[in-house]
Amino acid sequence: MRRRSLFTAAATTLGTTAFAAGCGSPPKPTTASSKGGAERGRITYGVWDVYQMPAMEKAAREFERTRPGVSVDVQLTPNATYWTKLRTACSGGSAPDVFWMNGPNFGLYADNGQLLPLETEGPEAVLDPADFPPDLADLYRWKGTQYGAPKDFDTVALWFNKKLFDRAGVDHPDDSWTWQDLITAAQRLTDRRRGVYGVGAPVRAQENYYNSIPQAGGWVLSKDRTESGYADPQTLDGLQLWIDMIHRYRASPTLQQLTDTDATQMFQAGKLAMTYECSYNAAVFWADPALRDKVDVAPLPRGKHRASVIHGLANVVYARTPHPRLARDFVRFLSSRRGSLLQAKGTAIPARNGTQQPWIDSMPKFDLKVHLDAVDYAVPYPISTNTAAWSHKELQLLSRAWSGNESLADVSRSLTKAMNQLLAREGKA
Amino acid sequence: MSVDVEATAAAKAAPPPPSGGSGGSASSQRALRKRERRFLHRDKWWGYAMIAPAGLGLAVFYLWPVLQTLYFSFTEWGPFGGTSWIGLENYRTMLHDPEVWQSLGNSLIYTVLVLLGIPVSMVLAVLLNLKGMRGTGFYRTLYFLPVVTMPAAVAVVWRWLYNGDVGILNQALDAIGIDGTYWVSDPDVVRFAVAAVGVWMTVGYNMILLLAGLQGIPQDYYEAASLDGAGRVRQFFSVTMPLLSPTLFFTTVLSVIQSLQVFDLIYMILGANTSVGVTNPAYSEGQTIVMLFFQKSFYDNQRAYGAAIVCVLFVLIMALTALQFRLQKRWVHYD
Repeated sequence: MRRRSLFTAAATTLGTTAFAAGCGSPPKPTTASSKGGAERGRITYGVWDVYQMPAMEKAAREFERTRPGVSVDVQLTPNATYWTKLRTACSGGSAPDVFWMNGPNFGLYADNGQLLPLETEGPEAVLDPADFPPDLADLYRWKGTQYGAPKDFDTVALWFNKKLFDRAGVDHPDDSWTWQDLITAAQRLTDRRRGVYGVGAPVRAQENYYNSIPQAGGWVLSKDRTESGYADPQTLDGLQLWIDMIHRYRASPTLQQLTDTDATQMFQAGKLAMTYECSYNAAVFWADPALRDKVDVAPLPRGKHRASVIHGLANVVYARTPHPRLARDFVRFLSSRRGSLLQAKGTAIPARNGTQQPWIDSMPKFDLKVHLDAVDYAVPYPISTNTAAWSHKELQLLSRAWSGNESLADVSRSLTKAMNQLLAREGKA
Repeated sequence: MSVDVEATAAAKAAPPPPSGGSGGSASSQRALRKRERRFLHRDKWWGYAMIAPAGLGLAVFYLWPVLQTLYFSFTEWGPFGGTSWIGLENYRTMLHDPEVWQSLGNSLIYTVLVLLGIPVSMVLAVLLNLKGMRGTGFYRTLYFLPVVTMPAAVAVVWRWLYNGDVGILNQALDAIGIDGTYWVSDPDVVRFAVAAVGVWMTVGYNMILLLAGLQGIPQDYYEAASLDGAGRVRQFFSVTMPLLSPTLFFTTVLSVIQSLQVFDLIYMILGANTSVGVTNPAYSEGQTIVMLFFQKSFYDNQRAYGAAIVCVLFVLIMALTALQFRLQKRWVHYD
């Protein structure tokens, strides 16, 4: 008993200390030096990807070098807890001064006044949107105001296993491929005896149906973000492709199989001949020496249209930062040519135009140019104020159609209704 | 309050003031008693001071959040703070939310299935208590191992064991000519699959408790029973069971509470922490009420609704525990 109370006491003390420390960026006297106005101080930078930590640290050190008296503390929070922690920190006024943002969460933060606007013109401009792929810069504009400076982007392409293609005697995919080519090849590549399937058809939004929907001429969310596109027959065509791949053409593992071993894992294990993957997985495949020589990448097969969804992260500034100028300066540096090149050999493709070549060169055996070319026919990632609420419903309901438990028509009805209700609630708030 | 009782008890037990003999007037005796009382009074405060750190921690980290959660369950709570009172609205929404009912049902089914593990623990405890049994220490460790293993680690391992294509379970079944299924993504079997792991994880703990209970039964009872002509089975039901009932009661109460709160084990076995997320076709059959709370509070930005869900769970656990305490009078023997 005594031990326990001591422990609790210790926990209390520790808790308080941590709390005090967590309140971060203490209002140290930010002595804006009298001449020149160069601000001194310490800012924090919140990130979630451990693989990008070295590049981020490098960028921070580089910024410190150019700005004497300034220090940047890069804080890593694993993806699993990043958003819950950030939301709590924002409510409590102690979020990092600069932090990573993604599309699905952006609306929530921008709409609730958690982010500082970033100037796009004039002498104080933090970024010029023209330096970035337009869909990416647009993603971080909310009601006409720019809140995020694109950091990196990912597009989707068709990754394939050359060994399995050669064994089945199927020509490698190229940019002439259509959905029909995909279906035919997938069927020929499927070899149940060996447990090999042609293509993976998981319920994945960004990798799979956010591409096939626009390829079929459909849409997920209306331009004004008030209406669901899941009642449009063309949208359903984009979904049907994957459902057919499992049940009609029997060229994909079932959803149950993909639940036990996800599509990317199956591809890595040589059990899947083709898979739709985001560009950030290129580095994962490259890191595996057994896979490096076996796999390559081709453009997504076209449907009625050619399309690939583009998404990327942005650096944003916390609205209640005690160092707004310093934070903006840091963001400006990160999106500059030099700042972008510092992270170009990592997993992510830098967002700034003309800084992507090092990423391509870092994995010479892969035809990574297709991931860059995809920017030309990219479609924006669908987001609204509370994207998380409906995208959860989307995954949950669509998986019923994928598993065959419900017809796509039924799922479409319930999904459209649920999504429109959630979107209407956003409008009210 | 307990301090008061102890103080009185201490006062009673205190050596009687020297009376008679060497003398000592009644007034000096009274003075002595007064001093004693004052001392005890001071003592009482010492007691409070000593439990203050734990009490404070409990108040700050448990009681206060409980009260806050209750308050928030009656509000609408913005994603970045800012609450407005909406009365019973969240509870009304729950009544018409099929997901709430389904996950509550899943949690209850899981609880019942895990309770079935208690007889298993009982059998194991009796076996390990047999005289002349060799290697009991080894088996005790073996059965207790899952208890001291992190649920997250257990979940990861079992997810692989249950894998439909490459899992060891299906390979073993295959060897004896049985076609396995996709254990964690088949809506019909997922509840049993996760409950089996739940039982596997709790059997060791219950077994140790029951073993301690068994070893506390004096041998004389068995000797007397066998002299009266009771066989082993009769001995088990007439001697062992009644004398073990307090331990059984304890394990039952604890199992119910823990099973209704299960989260991480099932969350991870279903793969909800991976890219698979909610697309597991057996997700709605596996999702527990605490998982739903987590989803609503931390992903869907409906924290007030999440608060209402846990408040209902809290009341449910209290009610079930109270019910068990009522029922125990019928079957638990304390002597």
